[in-house]
Amino acid sequence: MKLHQSILEYRKGRYGWWALLLILGAIVLFGSHNDFQPPNGGTWQGYILGSIGLALIVWLTTLGIVKRRYGKSNVQAWTSAHVYLGASLLIVVSLHSALQIGLNVHSLAYVLMCVVIFSGFVGLYFYRRYPHLMARNRRNLSQRQLFSELNDLNQKGRALAKRCHPNLASAVDTAIDRTAIGGGLLDQLLGRDGSTVVLIEKDKKGGVQRRPVSNRDQQTIIGYVAKCIPRARKQGEAANIQSLLEVVCRRQTVTRQLRQDIKFNACLKVWLWVHVPFTIALLAALTIHILSVFYYW
Amino acid sequence: MTLHVHIAIIGSGPAGLSAAARAAQRDRARMEAGEISEPTHILLESFSQPAKTIQRYQKGKFVMAEPGFLHLRSDCEFGAGSREAILEQWQEDIARNGIKVRYQAEVQAITGERGNFSLALANGDVVTAEVVILAIGLEGNPRKLNIAGEGDSALADRVQYTLDDPEEFNGERIVVVGAGDSALENALALSKKNHVTVINRRAEFSRAKEANLNAILQAINDRRTTLDCLYETNPAALEADDDGINFAVETPTGRKVLSCDRIIARLGGFPPRKFIESIGIEFSSEAIDAAPILNGQYESSVPGIYVVGSLAGYPLIKQAMNQGYDVVEYIHGNDIKPADHELLEFQFGLLPYRRPPDELLHLFQQRIPMFSQLNVLVFRQLVIESSIWVALEGPSFENTKKQAAELAEAAAQRQPSPKTGKLIRAGESIFQRGDYTNTFFMIVDGEVILERHEQSAKPVRLERGQFFGEDSLVSGRPREYTAVAGSDCVLVETPRRTMIKLLNSNDQVRRGIDWIFTVRALQKHFAPELSPGELREIAQTTQLNTYQAGEPLFRQDQEGDCLHVIRRGAVTLQRSSEEGDLVVAQLQADELVGEMALMGEPVRRHTAKASVLTETIVLHRDSFMKLVNLDSSSISQLQARASKHARTYTTMQAQADKGSLIGFMMGEGMGEATNAMVIDESLCIGCDHCEKACADTHDGISRLNRSEGPSFAQMHLAISCRHCEHPHCMKDCPPDAIHRAESGEVFIDDSCIGCGNCVTHCPYDAIQLAHTPQPRQSLFSWLLKGAPDKLSIGREDADQGASGAGKKAVKCDACMNFANGPACVNACPTGAAARLAPEHLVKLVAKQ
Ligand SMILES: Cc1cc2nc3c(=O)[nH]c(=O)nc-3n(C[C@H](O)[C@H](O)[C@H](O)COP(=O)(O)OP(=O)(O)OC[C@H]3O[C@@H](n4cnc5c(N)ncnc54)[C@H](O)[C@@H]3O)c2cc1C
Ligand code: HEM
Ligand code: SF4
Ligand code: SF4
Repeated sequence: MKLHQSILEYRKGRYGWWALLLILGAIVLFGSHNDFQPPNGGTWQGYILGSIGLALIVWLTTLGIVKRRYGKSNVQAWTSAHVYLGASLLIVVSLHSALQIGLNVHSLAYVLMCVVIFSGFVGLYFYRRYPHLMARNRRNLSQRQLFSELNDLNQKGRALAKRCHPNLASAVDTAIDRTAIGGGLLDQLLGRDGSTVVLIEKDKKGGVQRRPVSNRDQQTIIGYVAKCIPRARKQGEAANIQSLLEVVCRRQTVTRQLRQDIKFNACLKVWLWVHVPFTIALLAALTIHILSVFYYW
Repeated sequence: MTLHVHIAIIGSGPAGLSAAARAAQRDRARMEAGEISEPTHILLESFSQPAKTIQRYQKGKFVMAEPGFLHLRSDCEFGAGSREAILEQWQEDIARNGIKVRYQAEVQAITGERGNFSLALANGDVVTAEVVILAIGLEGNPRKLNIAGEGDSALADRVQYTLDDPEEFNGERIVVVGAGDSALENALALSKKNHVTVINRRAEFSRAKEANLNAILQAINDRRTTLDCLYETNPAALEADDDGINFAVETPTGRKVLSCDRIIARLGGFPPRKFIESIGIEFSSEAIDAAPILNGQYESSVPGIYVVGSLAGYPLIKQAMNQGYDVVEYIHGNDIKPADHELLEFQFGLLPYRRPPDELLHLFQQRIPMFSQLNVLVFRQLVIESSIWVALEGPSFENTKKQAAELAEAAAQRQPSPKTGKLIRAGESIFQRGDYTNTFFMIVDGEVILERHEQSAKPVRLERGQFFGEDSLVSGRPREYTAVAGSDCVLVETPRRTMIKLLNSNDQVRRGIDWIFTVRALQKHFAPELSPGELREIAQTTQLNTYQAGEPLFRQDQEGDCLHVIRRGAVTLQRSSEEGDLVVAQLQADELVGEMALMGEPVRRHTAKASVLTETIVLHRDSFMKLVNLDSSSISQLQARASKHARTYTTMQAQADKGSLIGFMMGEGMGEATNAMVIDESLCIGCDHCEKACADTHDGISRLNRSEGPSFAQMHLAISCRHCEHPHCMKDCPPDAIHRAESGEVFIDDSCIGCGNCVTHCPYDAIQLAHTPQPRQSLFSWLLKGAPDKLSIGREDADQGASGAGKKAVKCDACMNFANGPACVNACPTGAAARLAPEHLVKLVAKQ
């Protein structure tokens, strides 16, 4: 039975050593270029490096398939190898190209590959860092439990508010109705908070004014409720508002936790939207690269 | 009004119905012969329709016809099918057989003796009978209101004592009487769509569970809900009214009349046991699941009263129906062979001696002293549920092998096919050390050698009449030795469930097994050189203690004069100081607790607490001293173990945070797990690949819920089967469909009848009921035959029951059929998911 190990620690980083060997091998091969032929993809060394690179890219792509052939292989081992060997690709292919970059399909393939690899690094960073932050943020609860707590708080808040001044009640109601969690992808990623609240206030002329204002991080409603405490007149009203304040403050914590959780979850997925499409583009560019090389041979 | 009959059958479940049908057929034959002019039997049923237990199954339930190897012998028909089809069939059977039945005839008392019993019915009628067949099942009868007007037929469908589906009612005024959990749960569920009034005899709800209590109080106090409560109120009278019911109640401020549409009285039930004891029938023990004492023809300790069906201890429909048939034949003096007679012939088919099964049964029972006093019926059922092993040498093995093949073929041709004996070669192993099996073996002939693997341990030779395998049965742990069959050896292997039932109902067997367990534990831990005979006296001075989860074995700073050997369960050691309580270790079955007190330091350093239901053998100082004086061979080992313990406990003590993680795990029941899904939250990216892999490899239904379940210190116990040492789920599975594989996985086989008992018993929510899907279509066949008509998985289909696919219990089987191990763990890209045993916990914690 195995205990938990991260992707990088997997079997004491066995695939890291493989990758290092591959890089060293590639450097030695590159160093064997003699003076007759400047290093480039067309030398015999270049061909070998290119073939290794091609094989690696095809193999790296198969992770997408292996991952979904459930029950057959150990995906963690594959991912660990993917990450280390994928990173070594950067060196192998750079040596293959001898960094002759231009405005052509060959360089396009190279750039696409770099995008895939760097997005991979970003993903790896997320994978290593966010789960820990997420767990800390959720504090032993699941997202579903957080939502259900929010639901309970909403009910409790509305019930308490009903017993207060109508203006306060309506403020709390609208604050709950207009609490925004999640939203579009960008909102999720940035953890943007578009919550608003409608406050009923007297304007200078003594008329009543309904004004939707921002309620970012529930600050406005908390301030509003807090301000009402010393103004309470009826008996027991202050205590009631005090309880209401506790509820809205607790709501602030829970909505913060949820927004954070959603943000982390979005980050953990969004990088793949770069990694995978660019992999496909890379494969296409690579095919053209190889065909054209053989065509002009 | 008095009616006199020959046979009165009480209860029209499968057992009673089948008995009545046989009695009716016998009556018909006699009437045709002109011996009698009218039927001499009566079937009395308390409900308004036959077979209340089956009526109460959920709508469309697919009823299974288990056990598969038993054939049906009854004048009524029964085969696997939907609840509705079966009930309809039985209605037809009642008419076809000419059964005389009386509904709404609850029998409340039985007095008299054979030839002259008098049965008092709830409505005041009396039935007298020469013999009585009791087939009232185990479900019991609800307690009634006992007020004027309750029996009024105009109110029959408006006053009810159960509630199957709260969704059925909408916009009614409903009064719920009662303050127990079922009353509160009904009231809460009904209040969503109806106006509900709860009537509570007392001033508060003291009998309810915490969660129900909170919910009901909240609902009562919440002015928006349509639920209110009358306290200190007693029902007084009922009256039908054009508009519904007028329900008079006595409140502290005087009589009040509630006008309502429906009354639901949830006042608890009368368990059948009280009723049966009131008749004078004796039970085999005090245990709740004990069955009445019966002779070989189902006659109870009151001559003339026969007991059949689930009440007699046979939990399935087919068994109940066969008994109903047989018992009437017995009563008529026809000593027929039970329907399972043939089964025994197959079971005994490989024995080196050929004799009729009944004789062999008798012989077997005489050979095993512990069972010699057992009731014949119970022993018979035990053998039917068991497997017979035969171990032979050289030529006789080869000869019998041919015979075994023929027998297996003959069995396979039968529909349903019976079990046959198992044949092995002498010298082969019966089970291996480390196997997770937990069956129990009795030696009827020959000998068996138990090989322990520690260097010091000598092999143990067991002979005819002795037994083995009790240790895994009791502890739920893997086998500790390899058992090797000697020549010409005959064994009875009894499944765990059968043994547990027997242990619970028979004190003699329980004592016998406890005694040998203790002797073998003492031998193993303290005195390997002594023989069981020499240990007998000391074993008698030990004590067996049982602790509920959380109960202490001993407390820190107290003086101790005994040690404990854990027999089952798990114990945590805790040290308290100013900083708080700290868990320093957790110990599993077969380990020693508190041995330090007998080896130097009498004051306990820790508090020892049971983390799950735990049993220990308590060994006092004097006995311990006597043991080590008689046999000093294990002293050095004991001392080495004690000092190692002291060292690890003290290191743990220095690391407070680690102790709290162990404490959490134990609190969540990990002490009884053997293989649990533990997710490292600091690695889990929430991709749910584990769930997808599980569903993909298990009929499209994930048996794992990754995001639910408790977490602590970034360790998450996902909801999934933990393959408990003593699986709670196995407790009342009617067809005994839940088993433990040799390698330890707990799994459910195809004989599951979908009753849902295991779902209720599993404390970890690991089981769900789901439709077992059709085999997945390949792309190729999809192209050829077109898309399947229905999505097969998890969809509620009204006609599914009829079409043959019922819901069955599904749960994690730890991918026991996959060479690569659990698919969930393999699919996890980040290494967050692992399946661990509690032994690995310490490692896990040390790593943190
Ligand atoms: C949810 C569930 C699912 C199950 N599924 C299956 C399955 O698929 N296949 C299978 O083989 N088994 C199944 N079983 C088990 C099966 O229901 C029982 O084994 C069977 O009903 C036992 O039959 P019985 O005749 O002994 O008792 P019961 O069927 O319980 O019948 C007892 C009858 O006696 C009546 N009665 C009780 N007291 C009195 C009294 N004082 N006076 C008059 N009448 C009285 C009751 O009203 C009832 O009709 C299931 C059980 C449950 C709970
Ligand atoms: C050209 C090089 C690469 C190619 C073609 C490639 C391709 C892929 C593909 C096809 C997937 C499967 C995505 C899916 O189906 O969900 C994947 C996943 C992944 N890649 Fe790469 N990749 C490359 C380089 C890298 C590098 C350099 C890293 C990190 C340093 C990396 C890290 C990952 C990770 C962490 C995953 C996710 C694994 C999972 O969640 O199952 N990749 N990659
Ligand atoms: S289903 Fe539940 S009770 Fe049964 S072994 Fe699994 S966790 Fe234990
Ligand atoms: S597969 Fe692993 S990372 Fe994905 S949800 Fe399951 S445990 Fe978490």
